[in-house]
Amino acid sequence: MVKRNLTGSGYGLTSWIQQRVTAIIMLTFIIVFFVFIIFTSMSVNNNISSWQHVFSFILIKIFVQIFFIALLLHAWVGIRDVWMDYIANTALKLTLHILSILWLLGGLIYSIKIIWA
Amino acid sequence: MIRKKMKFSIYRYNPEIDSKPYYKDYEIEIDAHDKKLLNAMVKIKEYYDDSLSFRRSCREGVCGSDAININGRNGLACLTDLEGLKEPVILRPIPGLPVIRDLIVDMTQFFNQYNSIKPYVIDNELMPERERLQSQEEREKLDGVIECILCACCSTSCPSFWWNPDKFLGPAALLHAYRFIVDSRDQATNIRLDELNDPYRLFRCHTIMNCADVCPKHLNPTRAIGKIKEIMVERIV
Repeated sequence: MVKRNLTGSGYGLTSWIQQRVTAIIMLTFIIVFFVFIIFTSMSVNNNISSWQHVFSFILIKIFVQIFFIALLLHAWVGIRDVWMDYIANTALKLTLHILSILWLLGGLIYSIKIIWA
Repeated sequence: MIRKKMKFSIYRYNPEIDSKPYYKDYEIEIDAHDKKLLNAMVKIKEYYDDSLSFRRSCREGVCGSDAININGRNGLACLTDLEGLKEPVILRPIPGLPVIRDLIVDMTQFFNQYNSIKPYVIDNELMPERERLQSQEEREKLDGVIECILCACCSTSCPSFWWNPDKFLGPAALLHAYRFIVDSRDQATNIRLDELNDPYRLFRCHTIMNCADVCPKHLNPTRAIGKIKEIMVERIV
């Protein structure tokens, strides 16, 4: 049994706050999004040209991009939690962390391509 | 006066004899004065099978020795009423810790985590001539925290502790960490918070709340963990 205690790596709290703040951002986005759909002409005029019109506004693009960044930061904490809980081997855990980061970064780049294209 | 018969199925394992653990069934006579589960266990050991091993001491919920898993739920045998227990009553050692024999587990890991939070008041100033005084309000902050008897019912029912017993402190140690963080006489608050700010030691808690559910003293380690996080946020924001 290992006697030493590896303590105070100093980033537990920031991840915890990150997860909560990004959750609030996403929740706000989802509520605003559905209110927008329900109370505007989008609910009756739901076609590609009306969506293109909505996404022609720069504020909408920024808003959606912030949502995706929040989603990816949120997912990072969640995925890492799963690896921390279930994977004991450090080398395997580090590999999974790196693969998760690459996967999430890929998602970020793809979201930029879709939103700003 | 014999009141009734009761069936028990008890986890048995003696590493010197048994190649693997097994369950042994007992049917015993319960008298009118046998109120608690511990009474029945003592009776089994005394009259039916003296090879059965378990820990017990005060038999009134103060020492915390007789924490076992009763019908799938951690609890103290001395505080558990025989009345109302589903039969056969299945008794197992508290989960997640190595079994030494039968219902006795090796608590070293649990107490290592407890000791690592420095469970004592750290005061670097000169010793006062008399005692270190606290106001009534300061003392009230310790209510619901200092009643912990370190029976390990909470930590051994916590999945996060099962997964990372060497890295995650577990609810019992975190409850005690909170106890010293809020103690007005303790001066090491910042050092304590620094040592807890770690993705494993504190932040493996996923608010599953098994700890608060099983605590035989009706304490709430989840609440204490939440309070520690609040104090940490207060410190940086």
